[in-house]
Amino acid sequence: MTAELVIFIILSVVAVAAAIAVVSAKNPVYAVVFLVTNFFALAMFYLVLSAQFIAFLQILVYAGAIMVLFLFVVMVLNMTGAIEAVQDKLPAQKWVALALAVVGLVEAGAIVATGVFARPASAKPLPADFGYVAPVGHELFFYYLLPFEATSVLLLIAIVGSIVIARRSVE
Amino acid sequence: MLPSSYYLALSAVLFTIGALGVLIRRNPLIMFMSIELMLNAANLAFIAFARDLRTLDGHIFVFIVMTVAAAEVAVGLGIIISIFRQKGDVNVDDLNIMKG
Repeated sequence: MTAELVIFIILSVVAVAAAIAVVSAKNPVYAVVFLVTNFFALAMFYLVLSAQFIAFLQILVYAGAIMVLFLFVVMVLNMTGAIEAVQDKLPAQKWVALALAVVGLVEAGAIVATGVFARPASAKPLPADFGYVAPVGHELFFYYLLPFEATSVLLLIAIVGSIVIARRSVE
Repeated sequence: MLPSSYYLALSAVLFTIGALGVLIRRNPLIMFMSIELMLNAANLAFIAFARDLRTLDGHIFVFIVMTVAAAEVAVGLGIIISIFRQKGDVNVDDLNIMKG
């Protein structure tokens, strides 16, 4: 019962409970807050897995920017109360989805349990600054420069696109 | 050091919960949040493997995935808002203009 296992169990209970709460929340504001909880739990996981830079990015970008954007839209669409259940056109698809999800989970569990992903503890020890900013930055700007520039173009497209889509039509 | 299969199992569970959310819920915002849940589950798998293989490529992938997710959320929420302006209510089952 190592410390890492205890941390893993506690964090995974929090993450899975928050995820189930997001999916089953009747009030979208609750769903947003539960998703922020899930993101914080995942950031803790990244810290355990020596991904410090990504952990901070997770909190800054996902929990800090994207979820705030969701909250803005929830306010604009005035969905802050409990939303009334919309009648599903195909009520049976809930149960088919649940059955397929259980099948998928059992299959994923079986695949993981066969040990195909288990590898002996790597011979190389983890470098001392494995997930820190400098090595990740070096990797990004030396070996992944083209994807980095492409994502900057992607962000420009997203900015222009969201402004064009969401503006009021010019009368 | 925990074997990465633990983290993969957790990533699969989170991904399945996110997929369930997209399939079961009818509110577009909750569906969007479930999509973000799926993306985060994939991120967790990337980071677990990066630690296993002792390379930083997984971190770079997660960086790019976060950027793409941010861009997608911005545009998607803009679409939802413009639909709300035109129709007054967002119900994904009624958005079937593109149906053959």
